[in-house]
Amino acid sequence: MDLTIGPNAFFWPRETVRAFYRDLAAAPFARLVIGEWVCSKRLPFWDQEIPQAVETLQAAGKEVAISSLALITLPRERRQTAALFETGLPVEIADLSALRHMPNSYPFWVGPTVNVYNEGTLDWLASRGARRICLPVELPLASISVLARAGAERGVAVEVWGHGKAPLALSARCYHARLHDRAKDACLFVCGEDPHGRDVSTLEGRSFLTVNGIQTLGQAVTTVAGQIERLRSAGVSSLRLSPQPGDFPALVAAYAAAGPDLLGQVQGLLPGQLIANGFAEGQAGLALQKG
Amino acid sequence: MDLVCPAGTPASLRAAVGAGAHAVYCGFADETNARNFPGLNFSRAEMAEGVAFAHAQGVKVLCAINTFPRAGQQAIWHRALADAEAAGVDAVILADLGLLDHARCHHPGLRLHLSVQAAAANADAIGLYAAAFGVRRVVLPRVLTVEEIASITREVAVETEVFVFGGLCVMAEGRCALSSWATGLSPNMNGVCSPASHVAYADTPGGQEARLGGLLIHRTPKGAPAPYPTLCKGCFTSGDQTGHLFEDPVSLDAMTLLPALKRAGVTALKIEGRQRSRAYVTEVVRAFRAAIDAVEAGRPLPAAQLQRLTEGQAATTGAYAKTWR
Amino acid sequence: MAAILARHPDILTRMAGHAALSILIDCPDLPCLVLLRPDLGRATLHRAPPPHDAAIAGRLSAFLSMLHGEEDGDALFFSGRLQISGNTAAVLALRNALDDAELDLTAELSALTRLPLAPLARALGPRLGLSLYRSA
Repeated sequence: MDLTIGPNAFFWPRETVRAFYRDLAAAPFARLVIGEWVCSKRLPFWDQEIPQAVETLQAAGKEVAISSLALITLPRERRQTAALFETGLPVEIADLSALRHMPNSYPFWVGPTVNVYNEGTLDWLASRGARRICLPVELPLASISVLARAGAERGVAVEVWGHGKAPLALSARCYHARLHDRAKDACLFVCGEDPHGRDVSTLEGRSFLTVNGIQTLGQAVTTVAGQIERLRSAGVSSLRLSPQPGDFPALVAAYAAAGPDLLGQVQGLLPGQLIANGFAEGQAGLALQKG
Repeated sequence: MDLVCPAGTPASLRAAVGAGAHAVYCGFADETNARNFPGLNFSRAEMAEGVAFAHAQGVKVLCAINTFPRAGQQAIWHRALADAEAAGVDAVILADLGLLDHARCHHPGLRLHLSVQAAAANADAIGLYAAAFGVRRVVLPRVLTVEEIASITREVAVETEVFVFGGLCVMAEGRCALSSWATGLSPNMNGVCSPASHVAYADTPGGQEARLGGLLIHRTPKGAPAPYPTLCKGCFTSGDQTGHLFEDPVSLDAMTLLPALKRAGVTALKIEGRQRSRAYVTEVVRAFRAAIDAVEAGRPLPAAQLQRLTEGQAATTGAYAKTWR
Repeated sequence: MAAILARHPDILTRMAGHAALSILIDCPDLPCLVLLRPDLGRATLHRAPPPHDAAIAGRLSAFLSMLHGEEDGDALFFSGRLQISGNTAAVLALRNALDDAELDLTAELSALTRLPLAPLARALGPRLGLSLYRSA
């Protein structure tokens, strides 16, 4: 099983983005997805970093794909989506509608926010030319196994969400802006103030969710660090690691080495950060199964 | 415009037909549809009987098979499709790509409607489903404004169906794992959101509490009933803000927008509520049928008092007016 | 209760596994608490709350108007006129099954007693402010 770095979900200043990809290039992963996944309003602030990042990563031997938005609604967003297919890079579709702009036999990947729950859907996407599919975060191991086998038979690499705050929901309404009493149109880019999203707790103070622009994420970081062997035996092709603040290259290295106490190692690299692995176990996503 | 009405049980189906529905939508009593609640939905025999009853009154029946088939168990959903066709339904409402493909191949005579669970929120998505599977109608996500709806109906060749009353989903439908984050059960996998099996109410000194999967979702003062703990409608805290951070527990009532929706070219109006009683169905369907008839005849809308039936006793026109964003 | 279930077998089918759960009806207008065990066709009377899986509390008028399809169950819960505690799924299963059954308590009692109770119910109901028979 190799590693894919997913597109960064958060809104970071361009200097941070530049440093992030520069420092990451030497880490032991196979491929990376870059692009604005969450909110088209953010793009003008950092998209100039993309060409340099792609060049640096490709020079380091990494395969690079560009991501679409996860929720495409506006006419300008539809046009931006079409433009992705002119980059010459493989395109990772995060919203199925992106396929409408895809030229025939253009290489594409499928992100975890496109619903691939069964073999029939995998087959259909494969017949359209999908090369890789990252499965939805909520799938249990039983389903992952069936899909990994189906993917292998069809020549499609099946990937699972390996590390990161899990994307749970999307909305046309920006809850991040709403938390600051603003509407999406007049948000003043408040999501930029929270490099790892804005945490939401229950009235009892229990950690629950994280808001990031139009996305709602789990507050605990979802990790498969305790499930590596089972995923490998199931035939999963890759793990997706989702960028976060902190020493991300160290996290990548830990997953690449996949040592005997990876779960403990990951927790050690993220002091004070809640972690969870319930989804793959078929339990509540926020649960943590240690043994 | 057609009025498409919820039928959670055979009794509700008969109530909807009697109250003036042009079409009713229902599902089988299993995980193949997104209202897989205890005691709800139709056996195969009840579906066939419901179809016969509705057809005798000139009313159409749409069968919802709108969850996402489980890997390795697609046969369950394939059987539901076959049984729906055998029962004589007028269309099936689907969301899953694989199932749409299966229907196109194996049930070419079956009319396909695209569920709101497919989250087809723009003309590109709708065009994709129409071209790939011959989908004839799309149920639009509740997050579009009337202008966006008008723009879509101008651009696509498929019929559009729009929600006008009932429980409001604030996240993109069919793309939400909030429920499985908290409970392990989700709309896509199990046909449930914030499932009753994980709900607990408690009367505490601090007030009435409603929990989901052990998480506190609502706390109301003594005497005020705690609402059902639907996750996205809960009361939470973030930084210095406390409240209904995602959405207030209100429901959609777009009756005043019927003329605008007609001008926008909408084919059908949908009432949400398969989990509601036959009393709800009768009252809401009658009110909206009277409203549609008025709009079609160019008469002013009748006044309707549906507040008692809206969650939290308040209503909103939802995303249809742009300020919601 | 067994008589009603015998005349409406679909109630148990619809409730499926939830029929084996016990539901307590807590109604201040009644002289005692009523515990239902649908799968056993049993309704027992109690002075003090017995062990139960779920409970529904409220005035008799609320229960009857829900049973007879005059008012919507969710609306009664939203407004607090009916309150649930315990196993919510069991209450939902019962409520959905009863809503589909379109029961008419007066008709059931008439069948049981072989007495024509409908005219009496029609006269009494409005005076008591209670829904004594199925609406429409």
